[in-house]
Amino acid sequence: MHRRDFLAFGAAGVGGLVLPSMFGKVIAAEELNSAIDVAVKKALADAAMNAAKSAGASYCDVRVGRYLRQFVITRERNVENVVNTESTGVGIRVIANGAWGFAATNEMTKEAVAKAAGQAVAIAKANAPGQSAPVQLAPVTGVGEVSWRTPIVKNSMTVPIKDKVDLLMGVNAAALDAGASFIRSILFLVNEQKYFASTDGSYIDQDVHRIWAPMEVTAVDKASGKFRVREGLSAPMGLGYEYLDGAASGKTVLPNGVTVYGQSYDMKEDAVAAAKQAMAKIKAPSVKPGKYDLVLDPSHTWLTIHESVGHPLELDRVLGYEANYAGTSFATMDKLKANFHYGSDKVNIVADKTQPGSLGAVSYDDEGVKTKKWDLIRDGKLVGYQAIRDQAHIEGKAASDGCAYADSWSNVQFQRMANVSLEPGKAKLSVADMISNVEDGIYIIGDGSFSIDQQRYNAQFGGQLFYEIKQGKITQQIEDVAYQIRTPEFWNGCAGVCDASDYRLGGSFFDGKGQPAQVSAVSHGSSTARFNGINVINTARSLG
Amino acid sequence: MSILSEAQAKTILTKVVGFSKADECTAQLIGAIRGNVRFARNDVSTAGITDNIELSMQVAFGKRVGTATINQFDDAALERVVRRAEELAKLAPENPEFMPALPKQTYMKTDTFSASTAGIDAAYRAKVATDSIGPCRAEKLIAAGYLEDQAGFVAFLNSKGNYGYQTSTSSDYTCTVRTEDGRGSGWVGHNVQDVATFNAGEDIRVAMRKASASAEAKALEPGKYTVILEPAAAAGLVAFMMFFFDARSADEGRSFLSKKGGGNKLGEQVYGPQVTMFTDPAYPGAAVLPWDDGDNLPRKKLPIIQNGKLVNMNYSRFWSQKQGKPEQAQFGNVIMEGGTKSTADLIRTTERGILVSRTWYIRMVDPQTVLLTGLTRDGTFYIENGQIKYPVKNFRFNESPVIMLNNVEEFGKPVRVKSDESDMVMVIPPMKLRDFTFTSLSDAV
Repeated sequence: MHRRDFLAFGAAGVGGLVLPSMFGKVIAAEELNSAIDVAVKKALADAAMNAAKSAGASYCDVRVGRYLRQFVITRERNVENVVNTESTGVGIRVIANGAWGFAATNEMTKEAVAKAAGQAVAIAKANAPGQSAPVQLAPVTGVGEVSWRTPIVKNSMTVPIKDKVDLLMGVNAAALDAGASFIRSILFLVNEQKYFASTDGSYIDQDVHRIWAPMEVTAVDKASGKFRVREGLSAPMGLGYEYLDGAASGKTVLPNGVTVYGQSYDMKEDAVAAAKQAMAKIKAPSVKPGKYDLVLDPSHTWLTIHESVGHPLELDRVLGYEANYAGTSFATMDKLKANFHYGSDKVNIVADKTQPGSLGAVSYDDEGVKTKKWDLIRDGKLVGYQAIRDQAHIEGKAASDGCAYADSWSNVQFQRMANVSLEPGKAKLSVADMISNVEDGIYIIGDGSFSIDQQRYNAQFGGQLFYEIKQGKITQQIEDVAYQIRTPEFWNGCAGVCDASDYRLGGSFFDGKGQPAQVSAVSHGSSTARFNGINVINTARSLG
Repeated sequence: MSILSEAQAKTILTKVVGFSKADECTAQLIGAIRGNVRFARNDVSTAGITDNIELSMQVAFGKRVGTATINQFDDAALERVVRRAEELAKLAPENPEFMPALPKQTYMKTDTFSASTAGIDAAYRAKVATDSIGPCRAEKLIAAGYLEDQAGFVAFLNSKGNYGYQTSTSSDYTCTVRTEDGRGSGWVGHNVQDVATFNAGEDIRVAMRKASASAEAKALEPGKYTVILEPAAAAGLVAFMMFFFDARSADEGRSFLSKKGGGNKLGEQVYGPQVTMFTDPAYPGAAVLPWDDGDNLPRKKLPIIQNGKLVNMNYSRFWSQKQGKPEQAQFGNVIMEGGTKSTADLIRTTERGILVSRTWYIRMVDPQTVLLTGLTRDGTFYIENGQIKYPVKNFRFNESPVIMLNNVEEFGKPVRVKSDESDMVMVIPPMKLRDFTFTSLSDAV
């Protein structure tokens, strides 16, 4: 599920009895400020590991997790829902007789975790006879007792509900005063308190924070029967409440006058702009379909990177483990060996689990592997995948890439996408300079509709705002734009990437994968980039 | 022990409602045992079971609402959850759209529980995996699939005495079969309440045939084609459309069901005359709870589309009151009427067309017209003179289900299906449609 789906979910007006069950039990706001004592977590982990070893496990890891979430959901001048949820428990993963086993419990006692450890070993032993080959884990050296926290300035969980409600009510009023017919705005705050211990000798305590402030502004022209939506241009971030300070340093005014946001978001300012732009979208002329050079803002490009690079370069998809759900990949192992030309020489794409402010940033992944940054595509050539401990040997790597994640203590960790980003161009290049060289193009800001096939070849993307470029000048706002790509042709059409001064992050709060399905949050950075000769279709239809 | 008996559930609910000092309250118990087995590359990859039960308590002081949940059921815990919900309600802002708890309702009987599904155990799941993998291994095909089964209950009681208790089961099996060279792919899905008639060993043959038959795909030019959408393929588009049957959005002017100049399209001919759709909580083989999830309004059989005319939309309680409409439950399932022909029968009467086995990654392009984009996959074939001639490469489509359901040639016999895009229980026919819009080719298999 992506962010759009969450907005649709909110729009359904789901009652308080339904919403919390997705994320855990509902708690009082003040309980969001507390944490489980590290000594208690260590004692539980030791009890589980001792029980697992006694039962015959050759390896055991224990995740003691407390997952806190807070939602504030509003429309127009009403608060529809304020919910705080908590989910706490212990997940135990073992290797016994060369096979994986997993069990979890929400009972936070030594007896309960020891029992779950025994169940995990029993499952592993039951699975072992049918296993084609024993699990091969890339080595990890234990790090002892360490801790890490997302470098936030203001813990969102400690900000009073009233301040959050006041913020959203102010945002909604500003949009309505600026001419919007409707607005839905949401705050979604996450704190993952994760403790990882393993028989490798690690005890890792991490406190992870994320924030997301989506909105959806609608303009309706009843006379013509037309309506248009302009979604917010914020990004979900691995930041604290300071992200909503609206600092001037976080703002960039683009050559067409549109303001976009980096490490700080001015939600009210964006709501006013959204109201005006939604009304302008109703009157904007429809695009003429054909081949165009596209200039893509980072608020848009993140989703194209996510779908057409991030997912196809997940090793479990390449190998076929996701064939029945998320899909496989066109970027097969033979292409890695041949250094496949994924894109033009302007295309350098890195995976990074350490990037400050990103959704995926942690110090250690959910297998206790120290996180890092590594190359996926260098000078346009495919050079790497994203692999975890039991996959590294398949790619010929000596170590895991550190990108294992579980969305809950009750789900088993598996390979999830790292932050995957397009590096900025090395030469100085502004957005205005890039546009000045485009003869016949379209400038796209914000992410919109998205769809891609199960091997990540054919994709189609929309956007929030579209501007026609003629002879190096932005001429007018246009509508009904979607572009269709074949992934390698698209990235080989990359004709330039602006410099680091334009680099910004976008991201997904709810990236779905696995059965049973799990979500993860992931960021994708880029500077504005140009792609030549891309097929644009007109999406306007008539229902008569 | 996640399925409480009616007596056990009622005891807990009565006690917890009795603890509340709020103006009104609703308590709900939900419990389920969910089992699963997952396999890929012809090996079982994971298997597990979860067992959970939870009590939700919603209380209101005036128009201030608070909700709390708990999974412990001793008296102290029950009192704690009530006090917590009451504290939250006192802190909450007033909700101007607050609707009071329902008085006592009468609910119809619906048959949502099957003992055979509730009896699924680890050995059964392992056999489903074996029955799927074994034939594939034997024919050098590769299986990846998933079975998830569930048995559970829901019970509620509010301070006005409205009460309900119901048990239910479901089972969802999917399997993707690919050729070793990766040039062919097939899929099968089987979503049922009662697994008595489910046989993975038979189902897998469908996916295997499609995998082998789709391996030498030819490229056709994108464009408008007569298509036969198998029920699973059609369900993806119809399910997506049903998300936008909300009357409030239509009245507010922001839906494909909004009328130019204001108001909605109730009573208008929105679809072709062949299209008739209804919801029926007691529909055999596709029964759902006799009340809706949000408000516990009683569900009943309701027409949605009759001979192409829109006759019902989804109204929230607040919106029906504001519009002076009688309150009605949200649709719990969607049943489309069809004919008696199988997909094979529809193929036999097709001069030229494309058979689509499955649709994938469907997303909204333009809510004004419900223009959707997505792709075909796992078996797309060219039909000529009533026969499947050869497999074709997959297409991307850009099509509105509203336009699609105005271009109906014929419907076949409806079957229960589950869409990738929605958990709604649906009964959908295979559809023969003219002028379906494919906009590009995909190299994906």
